[in-house]
Amino acid sequence: MTLSEFFSMNGYGFYVWSSFGMTALLMLGELILVKKHNRTILKRLRRIIRLQAEQETSL
Amino acid sequence: MFSTFLIILKRDLILAMRHKTDVLTTLFFFIIVVSLFPLGVGIEKSTLQQIAPGVVWIAALLASMLALERLFASDYADGTLEQMILTPQPLSILVLAKVLAHWLLTGLPLVLIAPLVGLQYHLPANSVVVMMLALLLGTPILSMIGAIGAALTLGLRGGGILISLLVLPLYIPVLIYGSGAIADSMLEGVTVRAYLQLLGAFLILALVFSPWATAAAVRISSE
Amino acid sequence: MSINWFKYASPASFYPLAGKSIPWFLVCAALLSLFGLYWGFFETPDVLTEQKEYYRIIFVHVPAAWLSMWLYIVLVAWAVIGLVFNTRLSYMLAAAIAPTGAMFTFLSLWTGAFWGKTSWGTWWDWDPRMTSQLILLFLYVGYMALQSAIDETRRADRASALLAIVGLVLIPIIFWSINCPDPNQCAALHQRSSLKTVEANILTAMLIMALAFWSYSFGVIFMRLRNLILERERNSKWIKPLVEETS
Repeated sequence: MTLSEFFSMNGYGFYVWSSFGMTALLMLGELILVKKHNRTILKRLRRIIRLQAEQETSL
Repeated sequence: MFSTFLIILKRDLILAMRHKTDVLTTLFFFIIVVSLFPLGVGIEKSTLQQIAPGVVWIAALLASMLALERLFASDYADGTLEQMILTPQPLSILVLAKVLAHWLLTGLPLVLIAPLVGLQYHLPANSVVVMMLALLLGTPILSMIGAIGAALTLGLRGGGILISLLVLPLYIPVLIYGSGAIADSMLEGVTVRAYLQLLGAFLILALVFSPWATAAAVRISSE
Repeated sequence: MSINWFKYASPASFYPLAGKSIPWFLVCAALLSLFGLYWGFFETPDVLTEQKEYYRIIFVHVPAAWLSMWLYIVLVAWAVIGLVFNTRLSYMLAAAIAPTGAMFTFLSLWTGAFWGKTSWGTWWDWDPRMTSQLILLFLYVGYMALQSAIDETRRADRASALLAIVGLVLIPIIFWSINCPDPNQCAALHQRSSLKTVEANILTAMLIMALAFWSYSFGVIFMRLRNLILERERNSKWIKPLVEETS
């Protein structure tokens, strides 16, 4: 199969690549979103711990 | 145990009768929704006969669902529900009594008003009978399954809409066979017995399993 | 040697285990996807006639549908375990599974629409399978909606667990009623290619992709689970050193 045949999929390119595209989009997107959420949570927890430590030292 | 059932049933009915408008609003909601469809879809006789089975059942689903909020709400608010959980009587029986009262007030009226719908949608007499039978078998199922949703969402904001989201997918079998029965009753030489038997089977299944699930849901929501 | 079944039931001990396994699952998923896509695109030309290139959609459509159903079953399994053993982690797993399951359900509907347009000529048709996927999406959404509507964690977990179980119990009835709306004669099921009639290479590619999606699910779900553990257990002693060590 030539490269152009691969992309056009004999005229069905739109359908095939919309399907695969959405698949990739959702699966990678999910990964990225969860990873981002993880960083946010860790940041928040660190801040809370830091504030608690400061409170304890100031007492 | 049966006497407790009757006591709760009577109590719920008496309490509801003090606020008769609550009962009537469900009925009138049903009538209004059913009356709106011809105005939106078209008043041609054959069209109406075609959409009648679906319209009646969807209106019944929506009416049943809107009324569900009130099933446990007031008892939950004033602590009666907690007392019911604590009594030695099985909670499923108490819950079943409440659901029966609820059905008598919100489901049964729909069965009785069916001839009016038949009139509006130009349905033949035998279809009206089938409609009444299907509603008679189906609306208790709607009440029982809906009660599970009502019990899970006790006291939550988002109330009615949330119940709909949870419960409507579960109503689908009743919708399909209930409307199928009415639709087939208008065809020549087709018997609707199979539909009604299926609905009857669902009713029995719901009677056996839903009180237990509802009681479990009530316990979860009341802790 | 007696097995301590509950060893990893504590969030504290499962957290690092999950963390170590995530990269393996994701890498595995990526490799399997590459392999599966290669197989599907380049090992099947002699089977597919020139016209039917749209057939390739099946390599994501079917695995997505399989995963959407499988994940729901797994979700309910963990819900049951949570209700029976009262283990927090089980509920967290169920909650972590739901968004991925919903995603795959949506994906199967999306790819199914494109598949339908090319092979049957219409974007949507109320055929039993697609309609059932739609209902499954509603069940996932209902589960997530109930979880987020209840503030108190314990009640939220148990209520949504019960809802998921009720959903699973009713799924056969719902699917059957959609499949067979006329009990007098079950209408001929929509063109259904049973697995036996699918050509071997296509089937292989489908299975590899399904495994890829499954491995991916483990990875993403464990990632989400770790987030949930951090959020819910944030007041536990073991969180503090963990958070500090990652900064």
